Amino acid sequence: MMTRELNALTIAQARDRLRAGDVTSVELTEACLTAAEGGRALNAFVHDTPEQALDQARAADARLQRGDAPAMCGIPVGIKDLFCTRGTASQAGSRILEGFRPEYESTVTRNLFDAGAVMLGKLNMDEFAMGSSNETSVYGDAVNPWKVDDRRLTPGGSSGGSAAAVAADLCLAATGTDTGGSIRQPAAFTGITGLKPTYGRCSRWGIVAFASSLDQAGPMTKSVRDAALMLQAMAGHDPMDSTSADLPVPDFEAMLTGDIRGKVIGIPREYRVDGMPDEIEALWQRGIEMLRDAGAEIRDISLPHTKYALPTYYVIAPAEASSNLARYDGVRYGHRATLDKGEGIVDMYEKTRAEGFGDEVKRRVMVGTYVLSAGFYDAYYNRARKVRTLIKRDFEQAFEAGVDAILTPATPSAAFGLGEVGDEDPVQMYLNDVFTVPVNLAGLPGISVPAGQDKSGLPLGLQLIGRPWEEGDLLNCAHSLETAAGFVAKPGKWW
Amino acid sequence: MSIDTETAARVARLARIRVDDDALPGLAQEFNRILGFIDELAEVDVDGVAPMVSVTPMRLKRRADEVTDGGQTDKVLSNAPDAREGFFAVPKVVE
Repeated sequence: MMTRELNALTIAQARDRLRAGDVTSVELTEACLTAAEGGRALNAFVHDTPEQALDQARAADARLQRGDAPAMCGIPVGIKDLFCTRGTASQAGSRILEGFRPEYESTVTRNLFDAGAVMLGKLNMDEFAMGSSNETSVYGDAVNPWKVDDRRLTPGGSSGGSAAAVAADLCLAATGTDTGGSIRQPAAFTGITGLKPTYGRCSRWGIVAFASSLDQAGPMTKSVRDAALMLQAMAGHDPMDSTSADLPVPDFEAMLTGDIRGKVIGIPREYRVDGMPDEIEALWQRGIEMLRDAGAEIRDISLPHTKYALPTYYVIAPAEASSNLARYDGVRYGHRATLDKGEGIVDMYEKTRAEGFGDEVKRRVMVGTYVLSAGFYDAYYNRARKVRTLIKRDFEQAFEAGVDAILTPATPSAAFGLGEVGDEDPVQMYLNDVFTVPVNLAGLPGISVPAGQDKSGLPLGLQLIGRPWEEGDLLNCAHSLETAAGFVAKPGKWW
Repeated sequence: MSIDTETAARVARLARIRVDDDALPGLAQEFNRILGFIDELAEVDVDGVAPMVSVTPMRLKRRADEVTDGGQTDKVLSNAPDAREGFFAVPKVVE
């Protein structure tokens, strides 16, 4: 294989070749750096770290020589800009963190580096992970490598840069984070695999906080096996995050047996939404057939509070964001507004935040402030937390009745054109996350698997939702679906 | 529930985000659209339902109340827009 194709490998393929000694991490890393350089039109990488990457690659090669090599050793990856990486710009896609250079490493990136992974650079994203199209980023739009006409399409969001980079083979895999669908929706829009683990599986320490009861990091990869390998390295208990679970991390790859005979797959009737394209419905039906053919039992189920998930999310997430983002005050880090004569500290806060935050972030911080304010707390915030209990209970009842995993579409549409949705009405953009948001509210693991293409040739994904802490079982179901779907299409290179 | 420009201005002030007067009507309209969407929650029967306080039923860990970190003033201040003599510097707060 020629060097320029090394960037197209999966993690599992690269691991096997690294261990066999027929490729080095430096060669893999150079291939990815070249691909990233040639992929500027996608606006996926926003901070490059080529020197650090090559240093890490050389160290990984030495480690491989010694025979001490975990699966991620020597694998070049991209890191979402939301992760604090020591000494490297970490801006969460926001102007307010311009110039910020963390003095510490997020637990997830540290875990990846400890396993020998190589960081190529930081990846574009919606500002503070608030968005479903990567259009709220201070770096400008990330662009989907898939293209069917003259339009530039969104790679989805918020992990849009991660999705674009993986789909375009600028890296072998990338980290993402998912608060309401930010891993799974962009994965579906770009024809890759995206896993949101159970809340608490990966430490949130060092990941810029958006909505702390919903945020979770996960892998974005070219295959289900890769998702298993990368999650293995990212996950684990961390005393620095009090909500990180002190549970053993199983060998996820070993659980990919391909055998799902007798597994019960739930099909929730509430996920048939108005206006959903026939192609999505047809894809869902094909997914059901694939799992049935693989020996699973298909069972219709009801998750009656599904329709309230989005409104619940749009109370809870902004409320938590308004609290989390209070720290951006121009005092300790990031942007500080220039003050006019006679202006005091409150002017400094107000001007700094007006200049530093983009429109969507301002909107959500203010909505959050409103729903938490005196007189509205019970009507909005407390009520939303109660409905959240009911949404979670729906899932618990399905699992108690014997359901092992739930199959749904990942998104209500294929990728749309940049600038086409939500300009006039922010709520239109929110509807993108209708199938993914309930999973965050319930803290469950969910995975998006590329399963087909629409008439124009754009990728479409299916979502599997698993029981808490059973990512291994979920990945095995996803592996079965992946094998049956046989999705191998790649975007034609135009960039 | 409808939000007028006065309420929008109050919320912006509470959130410590400066909003120009001429932007307030547009902002109020956006709030109304979002709150209209959220208002669907009013139809859910939540009698006797406990508000969720923890996503997964876990007991937060405790540890001994001991100093585990510190002595990193330079690192703490390294990203400050203005720092002097080991402190964050801000405009005068007290006359």
